[in-house]
Amino acid sequence: MDKFEKITGIAAPMPLVNIDTDMIIPKIFLKTIKRSGLGVNLFDEMRYDREGNENADFVLNKPQYRQAEILVAGDNFGCGSSREHAPWALGDFGIKAIVSTSFADIFFNNCFKNGILPIVLPQEQVDVLMADAEKGANARMSVDLENQLITTSDGVEIPFEVDAFRKHCLLNGLDDIGLTLEKKAAIDSFEAKAAQERPWV
Amino acid sequence: MSGKTLYDKIWDAHVAHEDEDGTSLLYIDRHLVHEVTSPQAFEGLRLAGRPVHAPDKTIAVPDHNVPTTLDRAKGIDNEESRIQVDALDKNARDFGINYYPVDDVRQGIVHIVGPEQGWTLPGMTVVCGDSHTATHGAFGALAHGIGTSEVEHVLATQTLIQQKSKNMKVEITGKLKPGVTAKDITLAVIGETGTAGGTGYVIEYCGEAIRDLSMEGRMTVCNMAIEGGARAGLIAPDETTFEYVKGRPHAPKGAQWEAALTWWKTLYSDDDAHWDKVITLKGEEIEPVVTWGTSPEDVLPISGKVPAPEDFKGGKVEAAKRALDYMGLQPGTPLDQIKVDAVFVGSCTNGRIEDLREVAKILKGRKVADGVRMMIVPGSGLVREQAEAEGLAEIFVEAGADWRLAGCSMCLAMNPDQLAPEERCASTSNRNFEGRQGFKGRTHLMSPAMAAAAAVTGHLTDVRDLT
Repeated sequence: MDKFEKITGIAAPMPLVNIDTDMIIPKIFLKTIKRSGLGVNLFDEMRYDREGNENADFVLNKPQYRQAEILVAGDNFGCGSSREHAPWALGDFGIKAIVSTSFADIFFNNCFKNGILPIVLPQEQVDVLMADAEKGANARMSVDLENQLITTSDGVEIPFEVDAFRKHCLLNGLDDIGLTLEKKAAIDSFEAKAAQERPWV
Repeated sequence: MSGKTLYDKIWDAHVAHEDEDGTSLLYIDRHLVHEVTSPQAFEGLRLAGRPVHAPDKTIAVPDHNVPTTLDRAKGIDNEESRIQVDALDKNARDFGINYYPVDDVRQGIVHIVGPEQGWTLPGMTVVCGDSHTATHGAFGALAHGIGTSEVEHVLATQTLIQQKSKNMKVEITGKLKPGVTAKDITLAVIGETGTAGGTGYVIEYCGEAIRDLSMEGRMTVCNMAIEGGARAGLIAPDETTFEYVKGRPHAPKGAQWEAALTWWKTLYSDDDAHWDKVITLKGEEIEPVVTWGTSPEDVLPISGKVPAPEDFKGGKVEAAKRALDYMGLQPGTPLDQIKVDAVFVGSCTNGRIEDLREVAKILKGRKVADGVRMMIVPGSGLVREQAEAEGLAEIFVEAGADWRLAGCSMCLAMNPDQLAPEERCASTSNRNFEGRQGFKGRTHLMSPAMAAAAAVTGHLTDVRDLT
């Protein structure tokens, strides 16, 4: 996994609440056996008409947001299906951080496994960032994970919380499986004990 | 010190390692696998040269992509779908995991096959790369969906890196009225909490109305815990649970059964357990419900009317406007006047034998309305066999419904079973999201009995008007 560096980039506003993973990446694109190449189909049914032409009024089709690296989104972003294709598609498009008042649990976890930082903030602060994102390409927002700080184009600083272990993994691009296998002795001894206590499992 | 919840007890019994900050390695007893969310995980194992840590605890079955037509033995037409199913065949073989291929009578939707075969047992931890893994919580198992990276993590280590969730109690008191089912309970709860109301929690469903449910009904309730945003839904195991589990192919036998039973009987929330949030609904006040919009929280009793955007607050105003436009509905329209084009019965929410019995009760001696197509898809090959043995299939065919083979089918339309644009469907599935059942398709979620009622009248209908 790539390390999460401090980013300064364009933020796209998506105020709609309950944006689900079917919207982020419709099921017809889940038939792939790869992780890559899904960015072109990100938000496919909102972004294109049936003939594959771009819908001009969709935010990521507007010239000022085509290079967006940050999404500022409505409540409960990423709800629905567990498909990791959602963060794969977001990452492949170039999104590195997402701000919302809340995220669905599985999507939230999936982001961290793919170098994307989901940031939860209270409504008032999301409103400030949404307004900043509305300004378009000249308003570049920065997200500093090390110092847990978002800075708007006007210099407004908004601190955020992040789980320490996840922050560490993201900053260092660490592979979870490798880390867990370092604790193999603990897993083995748990298994031996469980086999005694619950042999039917 | 306060007592423990059921979730606390299962959690404590599965922590293999805990860091100082509470980040834990949770040991996984059962890992269910389907073809959509696993190919990249197996590929990751191959690239790293890692084996599957516990192949005997890993169970795979193709379900999302499989056609449900009677001629499916001829193979899958869609090339990408075929490649994905072939990949699961190969991965299951290469890594030596338990497998039910498409031509096995035990094949079906992963969340129906697991319990049916006795893989899912009380007190277990169960995961799958599928959000509806919550279903297995009906057995008092801690069960939740995971992403593909976590699928790979579980394959490689049989553990998950987890932070503990908070405890929520959802109590449904009293008795349900006739015509009201488990699906109405679970939709009513989501209507109450919203789709983000459960975020950060594991829900335990309890109360008389829950106790009175069969295992099938309990699975329906827990299945949609995820639609309420919860990590998992749980119901404490009891005699109904033990009765269902006993004798299943992978359930313990003999002395092991007795030992298991002794432990299972300790799996309940203590009276003095701490709850971070409590919600109580009166069972007798729950009505048969339907959804009107594009989020499972858009729930109303069938006696209600399509709401207006102004009825909502905040971001939901825009969302409601968008939903009404997508659904082609006018505010103020009585819900029971909404005409349907299609009816879908099936899915991991409502594809079990009891669901089919409910549908047969309504369809018996009646016909599917002119201009309505009705698809009935059993959750597994064994459910199909049982429905045929009980004479239900005959009733379905007689009524003019399309009686099909097992799979996820039109719940998510990754296979040929799809809605056409603007086609309106009464569906027993779990998600009414935009495009979920087909591009621009319009979904109204409801119970199997309500879906059957819509099939015979041609519009959304209070099932109690028919019985």
